[in-house]
Amino acid sequence: MSSQWNDAPGGFHPASAPDFLPRRELARLQLGRLQSVVERAHARVELFRRRMEERGLSPAGVRSLEDLGRLPFTVKTDLRDTYPFGLFASPMERIVRLHASSGTTGKPIVVAYTEADLRVWTSVMVRTFAACGLHRGDVIQNAYGYGLFTGGLGAHYGAEALGATVIPISGGNTERQLMVLQDFGATAICCTPSYMIHLVERAREAGISFERLKVGVFGAEPWTEEMRRHIEAAAGIRAHDVYGLSEIIGPGVGIECERRDGLHLFEDHFYPEIIDPETGEVLPDGAEGELVLTTLSKEAMPMIRYRTRDITSLIPEPCACGRTLRRIRRIGRRSDDMLIIRGVNVFPSQVEAALLAVEGTLPHYQIVLARVHGLDEMEVQVEVTPEVFSDVIGALEALRRRLEAAIDHVVGIRVKVTLVAPRTLARSEGKAKRVLDRRNV
Amino acid sequence: MKIRQLSLFLENRPGQLRFPCKVLGDAGIDIVTMSLADTAQFGILRLVVKEWERAKAVLDAAGVVVNVTEVLAVDVPDRPGGLAAVLDAFEQAGVGVEYMYASAARERGLHATLLFRLEDPDRAAKLLEAAGVKLVGPDELFARS
Repeated sequence: MSSQWNDAPGGFHPASAPDFLPRRELARLQLGRLQSVVERAHARVELFRRRMEERGLSPAGVRSLEDLGRLPFTVKTDLRDTYPFGLFASPMERIVRLHASSGTTGKPIVVAYTEADLRVWTSVMVRTFAACGLHRGDVIQNAYGYGLFTGGLGAHYGAEALGATVIPISGGNTERQLMVLQDFGATAICCTPSYMIHLVERAREAGISFERLKVGVFGAEPWTEEMRRHIEAAAGIRAHDVYGLSEIIGPGVGIECERRDGLHLFEDHFYPEIIDPETGEVLPDGAEGELVLTTLSKEAMPMIRYRTRDITSLIPEPCACGRTLRRIRRIGRRSDDMLIIRGVNVFPSQVEAALLAVEGTLPHYQIVLARVHGLDEMEVQVEVTPEVFSDVIGALEALRRRLEAAIDHVVGIRVKVTLVAPRTLARSEGKAKRVLDRRNV
Repeated sequence: MKIRQLSLFLENRPGQLRFPCKVLGDAGIDIVTMSLADTAQFGILRLVVKEWERAKAVLDAAGVVVNVTEVLAVDVPDRPGGLAAVLDAFEQAGVGVEYMYASAARERGLHATLLFRLEDPDRAAKLLEAAGVKLVGPDELFARS
């Protein structure tokens, strides 16, 4: 196998070696790293130490990988409750990068990286691209957003370290994307799958074909096999699903190899468990449940048993590609009410916080999601109450714009607010149906 | 002198205008005059009725969003330049107009009657009367319908 580990066409980048470790060797590596990270979190993160003490646990009690199942979970609200830096295990002098993503209410969650963390992140992104068949000589158009979002910079440094040519075009501006795709001869593109569908449609309208494009690395939102087939047929490419989340590292937690039958998890850095989301009990490989991840090597922000809320299962059989890394099934749903819109995480509670801030009380509202030309559109329908109703049109329009601005500010994406008459939004058994998802995901 | 006007929020879709009109009709309430303002998304129906309290109660009960606002009814001489002269008086008095519409209740041939929503109707009424503008009270307006 080692003869394949070169970054020339047909081979793998040397960084991909851990993908093929014998399971026993991998397990030994995982246990050593697990013991270190639990010790580190216990010594440096107050919340984790307190929870361990409440359960009478100590780091010395972790003697096998199975012992992980007795440790306390970390959940998304922990990041909010300790906002901004409460879960950091490194002093700021050691932290070289911060990113942020949506929290469940007004404030985002903040994640941190030491130099070593960035090296790990880059290495798993190199392995991600290599598993997609990319190498030195490829031209990668990176259409993930650059900024606080982990997608842009995560893919960028991975592609550079792979030795590929990176086009750091960032998200949006479809016409420029198409021009660059054609003129710069990109062989691979990174973006959300729904944005790729949008690009494909616009390219067809403009009579553009992607002759050199061969691979797409798509993630940051759930998608389906139907969308994959559509993208692959329309763009003439191979579409890979990439998985990641800021809390763990960003993109590069898992990737589909050329078989595209489940996503290999980079288990040497991110240890997976599947649990029953109701009871918290660990389930065997093959059973469907919530994915829980533990970062085995993170310094700045170790995550012990982080509940992703993503529902999937671990595939027990080894993959025909030869990688020994276990695979998860494509993620189709979540165990909470988080929505993913254009790759951005949105909670209905964020929308509520914005409506409340503007109106003083919470009106009845409904979030309507649609996919228009491949792009997600989010509309918030808000019932007009006598308290906010003005018979001057300018005042109502101003209210509508204030609501749009407030939601935009909290959620981070542009939304359309529509004022509707009272009691027009569906209520079932007294509880309003808050989300109408018409995207067929 | 002020006239109570009901303002109703309507969505821009079929049946939205008919519904409150039917509610008022079923309650035996006569509409003296009305105006509909619309945007791409929604409309505002403005109504003057004789029994505004009862009208508001039945509309509230039917789930319609209703506001009560005060407007001034102004008689404008029915000749060229008549309206411009009244608006000139508004301007001299420094009275801002939010919106206006023509009343269906009027003395045909003598005057046009216009309904004005003004920034501060009490102050505006005093200033306008001082400027010689003829304001029409509710009783007089309803007697014409």
